Amino acid sequence: MDIFGVPIQALMGQVLIGLINGGFYAILSLGLALIFGLLNIINFAHGAVYTAGAFVAWLLLEHLGIGYWGALLFAPGIIALIGIFLEKTVVSQIYRQDHLYGLLLTYGMALIIEGGFRQVYGVSGIPYNLPAALSGGVNLGFMYLPIYRGWVVVVSILVCFSVWYVIERTKLGSTLRAATENPALTKSFGINVPRLITLIYGLGVGLAAFAGVLAAPIYQVNPLMGSNLIIVVFAVVVIGGMGSIMGAILSGFLLGIIEGLTKVFYPPASHLVIFIFMAAILLIRPAGLFGRKQ
Amino acid sequence: MNQANLSTPVANPRRGSLQRTLLTVALILLACLAPTVLYPTFLMKGLCFALFAMAFNLLIGYVGLLSFGHAAFFGAAAYIVGHALKVWGLPVELALVIATLSSAFLGTIVGWLAIRRQGIYFAMITLALSQVVYFVALQAPQTGGEDGLQAIPRGYLFGLFDLSDSMVLYYVVLAIFLACFFMMQRIVSSPFGEVLRAIRDNEPRAVSLGYQVDHYKLLAFTLSAGLSGLAGALKAIVFQIASLSDVHWHASGEVVLMTLLGGIGTAMGPVVGAFTYAALQNYLAPFGSWVFIIQGVVFVLCVLVFRDGIVGLLGRIRNRIGFN
Repeated sequence: MDIFGVPIQALMGQVLIGLINGGFYAILSLGLALIFGLLNIINFAHGAVYTAGAFVAWLLLEHLGIGYWGALLFAPGIIALIGIFLEKTVVSQIYRQDHLYGLLLTYGMALIIEGGFRQVYGVSGIPYNLPAALSGGVNLGFMYLPIYRGWVVVVSILVCFSVWYVIERTKLGSTLRAATENPALTKSFGINVPRLITLIYGLGVGLAAFAGVLAAPIYQVNPLMGSNLIIVVFAVVVIGGMGSIMGAILSGFLLGIIEGLTKVFYPPASHLVIFIFMAAILLIRPAGLFGRKQ
Repeated sequence: MNQANLSTPVANPRRGSLQRTLLTVALILLACLAPTVLYPTFLMKGLCFALFAMAFNLLIGYVGLLSFGHAAFFGAAAYIVGHALKVWGLPVELALVIATLSSAFLGTIVGWLAIRRQGIYFAMITLALSQVVYFVALQAPQTGGEDGLQAIPRGYLFGLFDLSDSMVLYYVVLAIFLACFFMMQRIVSSPFGEVLRAIRDNEPRAVSLGYQVDHYKLLAFTLSAGLSGLAGALKAIVFQIASLSDVHWHASGEVVLMTLLGGIGTAMGPVVGAFTYAALQNYLAPFGSWVFIIQGVVFVLCVLVFRDGIVGLLGRIRNRIGFN
């Protein structure tokens, strides 16, 4: 069975890869949007944190014998703690400055993290084995589905929607939205906004590290895995607008699928399609698909 | 609270204009004598970086726009000048003009898209669009992919001056740099420059005063892109190579670093920052990935401790010891 002259297996295979990448885009842009909402900082280090997540997973396996399942829990936890520490000591120093300094500061942090991994482990990737329970695949009739890939798609959707649920439907989330909307007023209601900010930074980088662990068995653990991803995620954020959590999630998955489909129909443009899409959105809806006009 | 500015205005621009003229003459003399002491190639690298940082500074220092995609203009012009000299065999001066104009044109397109959003979004859009140029450079058949364009002939300027002699080339690069430097001083102190600063300090107010803010921003962006292109084209002639590292977004980060290190929004800041950075790069070259770590540390320190850069630091020292 063919669709526009493309075998359906090939098509579905690329859509699946698109969904996986879309999941990473969604988790990362979700974290960026959360951090931006409260801190007014674009965390340029987000890609480096994703890399760090994968490295911590590998280090846990190598030195402590903690496998994939443990890493899925501990790596984001460790990274979130480091993030909280860095927010308290370094990032919080510049809240009173122009927003652009936040970008420059976190860019510097990204260079340090990535340079460090590069110096110690070199630029060639380190393989990270699939967990036994998730290896193999199933034949769905119209395509062959490697179990791990299906798992990544399901987990990233679950994670994204749980974060959405917490932010939009719980008491904690409403506090958070209040603090995003008007920090001064929220403070006057006796809510500890600086602590909220610290927690959100921890949550945001924890999410990025989680995506890094998910990615480790698919892409090798590589010091540069996050640095190219972050630019695509920036484009996703420009397209989605950072005002809405659901916007960040949907544009992440949407662009992943668009990228996957481009790989089927016109491979040379697959790296470019997201940026071209971004340019088109800027022309049609400058505030972004889900953004409100400032 | 948000009014903390990206620039540090000079305390009193009229003070000591004679002193300033003398200092300028002394610096130019120093630049003319420098190749007798230092390697001309190193000096030319510093001058190209300085021109690049100066072009970038026009946007961040005077309009308050942080572009994170300036490598696209720098690198594209390097490829174009290389292609024009090597494949088409054009004279150097014509190749430089074509490369500069092409970058300015590219800047018009990127700027036209990017000025639709402000602040952080502007930075992300320029970064994303520069990545388009990177992938084109990676995949287009003319650019030589991973190898880049190598052995670009330097040729003769106006058919007279043999640029394969590094000393001759140095004085040509210096002359172009000085012309651009004084042009830049003229631009930022002109009425046009005043409007740019008004946009930087209070954009809604500039709009309400009747200025077509977008036109000013776009013109500044185009100028900046064109000068960045000239810098990239000169660098390609000096090193006789145009490569992917010129268009890579790390190069965009480097120009931000040079300007921040020297002092954003000052005349000499980008020049000081560029030479400091060129020296740092030469010194760190044998240490592998330490370059990135040191770059990162310099970024963090500049943002946290001295946001007004080396020039600002020198100014503060001068004020403290009471030297006027």
